[in-house]
Amino acid sequence: MIEGILIGLTTALTFQNIFMVMIGCFFGTIIGMLPGLGPMTAIALMIPITYGFDPATGLILMAGVYYGAVFGGSTSSILLNAPGVPGTVATSFDGYPMAQQGKAGKALAIAAWSSFAGGTLSAIYLLFMAPSLSKVSLSFRSPDYFALMILGLTAIAAFSSKGQFLKAMMMVVLGLMLASVGQDSLSDITRFTFDNMNLTDGISFVLVVMATFAMSEALTIILKKNDPTAAAKQVSLTELGSIKINKEERGKMYKTIPRSSIIGFLIGVLPGAGATIASFLAYGMERNLVKDEEKEKFGKGSVNGLSAPETANNAACSGSFVPMLTLGIPGSGTTAVMLGALLGFGIQPGPRLYMTNPEIFWSVIMSMYIGMVILLILNLPLIPYIARILAVPKNYLIPLILFFSITGIYVMSFNNFDIYLMIGIAVVATFLRLYDFPMPPLILAFVLGGLMEENLRRSLLLSNGSWEFLWDRTLTVCILVTTILIVLWHIYKTLTKKKS
Amino acid sequence: MNINTTKIISLLFFIFSAFYLYTAYQIQVFAFDENAPFNARTFPIYLGYTGLFFSGLKLILPDPDTIKVEHKTLEYKKTGILILIAIIYGATILKVGYFLTTSLFLFASYYFLGERRWILMFLLSFPFVAAFMYLLHGVLDIYLRDPFLKSIGVMG
Repeated sequence: MIEGILIGLTTALTFQNIFMVMIGCFFGTIIGMLPGLGPMTAIALMIPITYGFDPATGLILMAGVYYGAVFGGSTSSILLNAPGVPGTVATSFDGYPMAQQGKAGKALAIAAWSSFAGGTLSAIYLLFMAPSLSKVSLSFRSPDYFALMILGLTAIAAFSSKGQFLKAMMMVVLGLMLASVGQDSLSDITRFTFDNMNLTDGISFVLVVMATFAMSEALTIILKKNDPTAAAKQVSLTELGSIKINKEERGKMYKTIPRSSIIGFLIGVLPGAGATIASFLAYGMERNLVKDEEKEKFGKGSVNGLSAPETANNAACSGSFVPMLTLGIPGSGTTAVMLGALLGFGIQPGPRLYMTNPEIFWSVIMSMYIGMVILLILNLPLIPYIARILAVPKNYLIPLILFFSITGIYVMSFNNFDIYLMIGIAVVATFLRLYDFPMPPLILAFVLGGLMEENLRRSLLLSNGSWEFLWDRTLTVCILVTTILIVLWHIYKTLTKKKS
Repeated sequence: MNINTTKIISLLFFIFSAFYLYTAYQIQVFAFDENAPFNARTFPIYLGYTGLFFSGLKLILPDPDTIKVEHKTLEYKKTGILILIAIIYGATILKVGYFLTTSLFLFASYYFLGERRWILMFLLSFPFVAAFMYLLHGVLDIYLRDPFLKSIGVMG
């Protein structure tokens, strides 16, 4: 492991990679601050640029964007009570009241230090957990992988559906259907191409991500007459107050951070869960653990109430890398986008990545530490200024998002058809978004579609067409039972909600 | 009569799944693969049935949390114009070239979204695209075809 850490450090500490982390953190912070434009959009817009670099640098850039976006999301939660990303909703519960009391600078500092500590601690957990899990996952067989993918897709549908599980499952099926377009990987037989040569290689992953996130988000903003930058204009540079944290506040954070980082990391590792659930759970847990006197302050500007979700959401980001790096199965929509980008580089993440491409595996982990440090020293003093930059009118912001999306596709294919297809998918996605059909399950399914078919093919061929492979191995059964429990839990929650 | 749009979307998805399933059965596989436990049409067939299952359930089950969208408040005109500009951009980019079409696309988009600060609109279109093009083509070595710039001798 020491050797790996050194390889990672050597790669991550090159001038180019440190620069990429800085760019990623900065760009991610800006996008993350804009309500509605989350880390997935930020990463999607970066994908075409990453193809100009080697895979390690590309992934480091995307990881920087991811952390920056989560950090930027908490800034808008605190300053504007408008969470940039869902994972920072819980941050606004105590962050915004603090800002209203004239302690915005302090709230930002608490959030920044908590994010830094949460991210750093979880990167340490990742450092120890990922290699061990990689070794364990080498014993996984095709049926286990197939079951694991079913679990991942069901979980993301259950957690991201806001109570609309069937809608999310429909999006999963749509994602798998889109992934099935093009040549069959084994026989080279074309499927669903309708004799169109442009579809023979299938639909590009970048195209689907750009269409369903960047482009459809831009169209939704115009359609709903939202102005994500309007709130940023209200930020006052002179009223942020001191960013110093006193001894008593530090004492509170010392207790909150370790427990919130553990819960955040563990939730992040679970397929489909992620920063949003982690931050809410950490907030709830913290409220139960503090003294009655502190409990009274929750929702009114509590230091513990702000520190807990901020620690947990950053820890969950690192945690979500575990299934992607070790199993090749992303646990969230954001890591699904990263997995897709890695596949574009010709790299297959999974248990063997640790051995075949150690420089990628370790440099990503190492760059997380560097990213956290950069976020702290670069963003904290610059936050008020970055917030002012965001007062760019939407009349400029929207065309620029469309421009980056279309350019991203154009430089990859030099093909009009792909641009038309992207516009078509974006229009459908915008319409579906209006009726609360979630997009992350579609992306995860699209990324996993090929792998899922491959593993089902191997499992069915090995068992001579029998579905017995689903209960032949204990591990497969355990994974499928977990899937069933998630579905049952979801049905139970829906029924109890209806009764209440 | 109130029409539940979510149900209509589910019905459309049901029809789409049925069409997908029909097309999946039409996939031509090799003769020796016809009776294999798994061939090119197996997975799509399962997907088609799964799509029918979930959209069918959504159609049948009651929908207490119906999403109501106020269509009158939506900005269909500007959205439609933006989509149209994007389609024209897509249609001309290969023939005219990246620089001119992208700059005009940005300029037109700013205009139709209500912007009238001409200097800023110009700066954020032509010089901005030139700088971005230099980043892609000159720094990152990503090839950009541009017949227009080629015709005026700027690009080789």
